Amino acid sequence: MNGILIAAVLVLAVLAVIQIVRIYELSSVIREEDTALPTPEDNDRQGFWMLVFGIAFIASFFAMMYAWMPDTLGLPASEHGPQYDNLWDISMGIIIVMFLIVQPVLFYFAYRYRGTAGRKASYFEHNNKLELVWTVVPAVILAVLILYGLSTWSTIMNPSKENEPIVVELYAQQFKWTARYAGKDNDLGNANVRLIAGTNALGVDTLDAKSADDQVTPEMYLPVGRPVLFKFRSQDVIHSAYMPHFRAQMNCVPGVPTQFQFTPTVTTADMRKDADMVAKVERINAVRAKAGKEPYVFDYLILCNKICGAAHYNMQMPIVVVSEEEYAAWIKEQKTVAETL
Amino acid sequence: MAAEAHAHDHAHDHEHHDHPAPNFWNTYVFSTDHKMISKQFLVTGMFMGIVGVFMSMLFRLQLAWPEKKFAILEYFLGKWAPDGVMDPNMYLALVTIHGTIMVFFVLTAGLSGTFSNLLIPLQIGARDMASGFLNMLSYWFFFASSVIMIASLFVETGPASGGWTIYPPLSALPQAMPGSGAGMTLWLISMTLFIVSSLLGSLNYIVTVLNLRTKGMSMTRLPLTIWAFLVTAILGVLSFPVLVSAVLLLMFDRMLGTSFYLSDIYMAGEALHYQGGSPVLYEHLFWFLGHPEVYIILLPALGITSEVIATNSRKPIFGYRAMVTSILAIAFLSFIVWGHHMFVTGMNPFLGSVFTFTTLLIAIPSAVKAFNYMTTLWKGNLQLTPAMLFSIGLVSTFVSGGLTGIILGDSALDINVHDTYFVVAHFHIVMGLSAIFGLFAGVYHWFPKMYGRMMNKKLGYAHFWITFVSAYGVFFPMHFLGLAAVPRRYYTNAEFGMFDNLQDINVLITMFAILGGIAQLLFLFNFFYSMFRGPKASQNPWKSNTLEWTTPVEHIHGNWPGEIPEVHRWAYDYSKPGLSEDFAPQSLPIQDGEEETGH
Repeated sequence: MNGILIAAVLVLAVLAVIQIVRIYELSSVIREEDTALPTPEDNDRQGFWMLVFGIAFIASFFAMMYAWMPDTLGLPASEHGPQYDNLWDISMGIIIVMFLIVQPVLFYFAYRYRGTAGRKASYFEHNNKLELVWTVVPAVILAVLILYGLSTWSTIMNPSKENEPIVVELYAQQFKWTARYAGKDNDLGNANVRLIAGTNALGVDTLDAKSADDQVTPEMYLPVGRPVLFKFRSQDVIHSAYMPHFRAQMNCVPGVPTQFQFTPTVTTADMRKDADMVAKVERINAVRAKAGKEPYVFDYLILCNKICGAAHYNMQMPIVVVSEEEYAAWIKEQKTVAETL
Repeated sequence: MAAEAHAHDHAHDHEHHDHPAPNFWNTYVFSTDHKMISKQFLVTGMFMGIVGVFMSMLFRLQLAWPEKKFAILEYFLGKWAPDGVMDPNMYLALVTIHGTIMVFFVLTAGLSGTFSNLLIPLQIGARDMASGFLNMLSYWFFFASSVIMIASLFVETGPASGGWTIYPPLSALPQAMPGSGAGMTLWLISMTLFIVSSLLGSLNYIVTVLNLRTKGMSMTRLPLTIWAFLVTAILGVLSFPVLVSAVLLLMFDRMLGTSFYLSDIYMAGEALHYQGGSPVLYEHLFWFLGHPEVYIILLPALGITSEVIATNSRKPIFGYRAMVTSILAIAFLSFIVWGHHMFVTGMNPFLGSVFTFTTLLIAIPSAVKAFNYMTTLWKGNLQLTPAMLFSIGLVSTFVSGGLTGIILGDSALDINVHDTYFVVAHFHIVMGLSAIFGLFAGVYHWFPKMYGRMMNKKLGYAHFWITFVSAYGVFFPMHFLGLAAVPRRYYTNAEFGMFDNLQDINVLITMFAILGGIAQLLFLFNFFYSMFRGPKASQNPWKSNTLEWTTPVEHIHGNWPGEIPEVHRWAYDYSKPGLSEDFAPQSLPIQDGEEETGH
């Protein structure tokens, strides 16, 4: 019954619109107006709206920046993070400047040169000097961005080998993360999905001597200031280990080993005390209180960032960054493969 | 010269050719006339567009109010939304099919299929496509492909849901998600037919443009629309076959147990036999098509815009040669940048550097195009038709979205925004919005040519403004979600406390999405109403220079009743000094006292 009513209303609405359009068309015939070609009044009106849109667009850009930038990631928590953010700020600065030049000019032109009766447009078909300018200027700016970008990329992807990194395997499966620390020898034992059986959920090769001191943990602690080399493995589909606070991401691909190294520089406790973070957490908790949810406490997270199936939206693991001593105490508590398997 | 002579012969042959008597079937269904095929592509594309946009409105409801129950969801999704709560698998299916439909069925076939078919013969002065029969096949393969894609929505295990890029192993193994069962098989079959359609069309476009140009229509006098369609077709011919091979190998892995993409997999309690393959291989093959595909979508829209902006500015397009060169440069570069989709797959960092370099180079020809459009507007006498408004809108979105490409193309910066809403914002603005605005501009501008009637401008204005405002309203705020590290393809963000303060943004986006979606009804109404009741069009309503406006309003087979007009000038002699009118059709011989400009 409801369906029929809705359908009837829709049909009537369409009929009504048809009648309105017909009335409009008939009245414009009487006024000898064209219903298809723009009249000078149309050009005036549309040109005016172009100008209004241009102004409103730029104004809302600043409004969004003001309202939402404080809710973005904030302080980087890794050694390469500030470099990343610096490159980001410079690139973003350049494109925002371009945006703020080009958009207003575009909408202003649409307004300023709106059609009027009797005016003839200028026959201006090319100008080599002008075109050279806007080929060369972007080329120079891009050259700078490319060089700076590549040097940053190279620093991130080829970290210094001075300090020996802690080796941790990050193991991905639908829909959870598991960590395997390399243990005292800092060398991960072999592993393969064909060895998965019973409690050996990661398929660690127990016959490999290097695996005896490996430690499999459901959570991840990292010492501040020590480089960590993540080795990624996935047992089923592609996942992506996304650690946004550390400006780090790498795909976990079944059958293809991948890795990423970074050095955490801010402990979880310190990040929780950061003024911007405190303010952000307060805003979050105001929202949560309204919805009747538990208060949120900041934690570094690994999120899955490659579509991996039904529960892709909830594949997460906290990372706890602690002092060297706290880390040493924690890692000592973790059982080794030799003890559990 | 040979090509011109040939075109002439062809026209001559044509007049003596016997056609079968026109009836319903060979006029409206199995037509070989490019004008009818163009309408078939448009209407099919519009239908697919309605499906694709409607899906986005459903998943936007889910993203804005994940905890609410919507009866409408259960009404449309049935068992996939029990009690009005969407199943996570259905969410992924909706985003997957939305992407597939919009990228391929609407913005590739719907845009290129419609306007390449309509405009190539008409603007170069040809009686029809080089092969009308292949052209008809191209449409019917597209039709079959659309039917199968729609049919896949109704299979028991749901449609393909591994994302429109269908990366294996997720897409290869039915154990990984329900959508990778029969739904994925149909997806692969549908796409294979789609690629056949695209290749038949593209080959035809290339051959037609190169061989059937009328006398005087040298390559340097081609309207920029034709340049764009030609280069698009070349891109398609060179890149789509690679997707066929990728799809074929994926089918082998799925059906024959081969291991092209699969290795070391443990799923549903057992280790699978696959050994030695690599999902990264699939990513390379996919993006070898996937990146040129972006330009297959975008270039026709830019071509249409060039034509619409020049005509309605009553000015020559600024820097014709630079425009052609930048189309060619973009097309060339588009083949060597695919790796920027894969910076975080673990590829060799040096390779990443190469792809960063080539990717950022694309900004140069793109900047040239944007500045040339703006200079075309400068000192023009802008006739602000709905088509012109959409074209100006395109320049705006092309710039807004193109600029964030400079961020994403930089391998270092991509690390932290890869696969976040920053990317969703970027490609929807630069590719989705620009292309769809190009499509709308094309429809408003060439509707009189297609249907012999005019569309209503008031409805067109309302359609433009609501669409333009809500398009930016949907996609601009997404940048900020990306900067807050919200990953794409999440069914809900409610599992993460760190995203709770962003929920208002999602609500705002959904409201604009619903508004923008509903505004398309204005367009649909205007389209179908004007088709039957719109005022009759005159032969050249926009006072345009290109050859299609020298054909009669009533469509005839062979396009021109008599001889095909000879071309004496380029397409952009608007407001030329020394001429009494502010336009000079390409068929108008150079007049006394007119300056020779070398075109």
